[in-house]
Amino acid sequence: MSDMLKKKLSPVQQEYQDFAKQREPQRPVLRNVIWAFFVGGTICLFGQLIQDFFLWNFDFTEKTAGNPAVAILILLSVLATAFGVYDHLAQHAGAGTAVPVTGFANSIASAALEHRSEGFVLGVGGNMFKLAGSVIVFGVVAAFVVALIKILLGGT
Amino acid sequence: MLTGHQTWIFPNRPVIRSSAAVGGPYEAKGPLADDFSLLHGDLWVGQDSYEKAERKMMEEACELAIREAGMEKADIQFFLAGDLLNQITPSCFAARTVGVPFLGLYGACSTAMESLALAAQLVDSGAAQRVLCGTASHNAAIEKQFRYPTEYGSQKPPTAQWTVTGAGVAVLTHDGEGPRVTSATIGRIVDMGLSDPFNMGAAMAPAAVDTITAHMRDRAISLHDYDLIATGDLGRVGHPIAVDLLKKHNIDMPYERFTDCGILIYHPDQPQVLAGGSGCGCSATVTYGHILRRMRQGELRKVLIIATGALLSPLSFQQKESIPCIAHAVSIEFA
Repeated sequence: MSDMLKKKLSPVQQEYQDFAKQREPQRPVLRNVIWAFFVGGTICLFGQLIQDFFLWNFDFTEKTAGNPAVAILILLSVLATAFGVYDHLAQHAGAGTAVPVTGFANSIASAALEHRSEGFVLGVGGNMFKLAGSVIVFGVVAAFVVALIKILLGGT
Repeated sequence: MLTGHQTWIFPNRPVIRSSAAVGGPYEAKGPLADDFSLLHGDLWVGQDSYEKAERKMMEEACELAIREAGMEKADIQFFLAGDLLNQITPSCFAARTVGVPFLGLYGACSTAMESLALAAQLVDSGAAQRVLCGTASHNAAIEKQFRYPTEYGSQKPPTAQWTVTGAGVAVLTHDGEGPRVTSATIGRIVDMGLSDPFNMGAAMAPAAVDTITAHMRDRAISLHDYDLIATGDLGRVGHPIAVDLLKKHNIDMPYERFTDCGILIYHPDQPQVLAGGSGCGCSATVTYGHILRRMRQGELRKVLIIATGALLSPLSFQQKESIPCIAHAVSIEFA
């Protein structure tokens, strides 16, 4: 897409874009990757500890202990969003806070908070999946395609 | 009076009788905090939505400026204002409160100088004697409209800028004492094909350079006459690009006196502001607060403000359009 756009640029535009590009600070990729790795890893480790806690202390199996663990992570993420902490952490952590389930919870909670001023139905209800909606849509589509392949290959 | 292609000279030299700048919590932590007439510690400004908060700041700035000029609302003949929100509602609602004939403007972040230039033209031509002009922006309201929810955890690149929460308003009159508006250069749209809304400084820099050179050409003056030349909100990324562009085109100007409102308003180490301030409120509060204060104290005699605007919408950038940019320059003198 960006190549297609580039082709339509006039020589003056192209020259300026190259000129500006040399003067723009680049994203600190290495630092971002390290932050994402450790923050994302810490969130997952914490999730694992919660899961083990349920496994050892209550009547859960390895499969079912995941559910309350995810619920607790979501609750903590929504609280962090509401107290205005999550976005500050995310500026450093990037994908580290976006990829785990906490990022999904943050996208829904932040949109719900943001549109509270337009009322519960049209505001919160109508907008809370503004960001998360596409994740759900393409998640379901991807799951459908994978399931289709599995059936065609004769799996059960 | 038209001079050259796109510059107005104001022979009657309209006076900026008074001005007011209202700011939010981040601006209060910045280096120009003392130059604001009113600062809010709370982003909500005591209102129940960010949009209402922006309107409230606009109303406060209008009231402070009118009061400082020793006038009543009824003394104002026209009100010229605009902002960044859809249908410029904060300006319209503030105009409802002020209750005088109103012209709504939209020039994105360049609205600060667009409104000042038009107000000066009205006063200079005798179409009015007392005109109120100004703009406002609110960080969270703009983020909500143009980007993501404020609390959403997205990582911004180092080229992104921080929308100023603030309002700047001035009262222009045909007589009295104060800094005088001497000329204005109306910019044309410059589009270099950039489309990244997180890198507006680089997109707007050519528009600023275009208007600066037009101003110089039309008025046939040297930029060395100015004590300060400030762009609106190019920030720490766009401003050095503008400097290099001017140097590339061999423009003779005092680079040590060439600055940017988006750089001035925040400390470099303030968290989150990244490449500096932006938004309508950026050039408005810095000009009407900081720069005019320095002029009144005699530190600056002649200044040129070039407010830059990126004329994109959330829809246009999702549809992969590039960002058309504009810049309007206004020269202010205080003898």
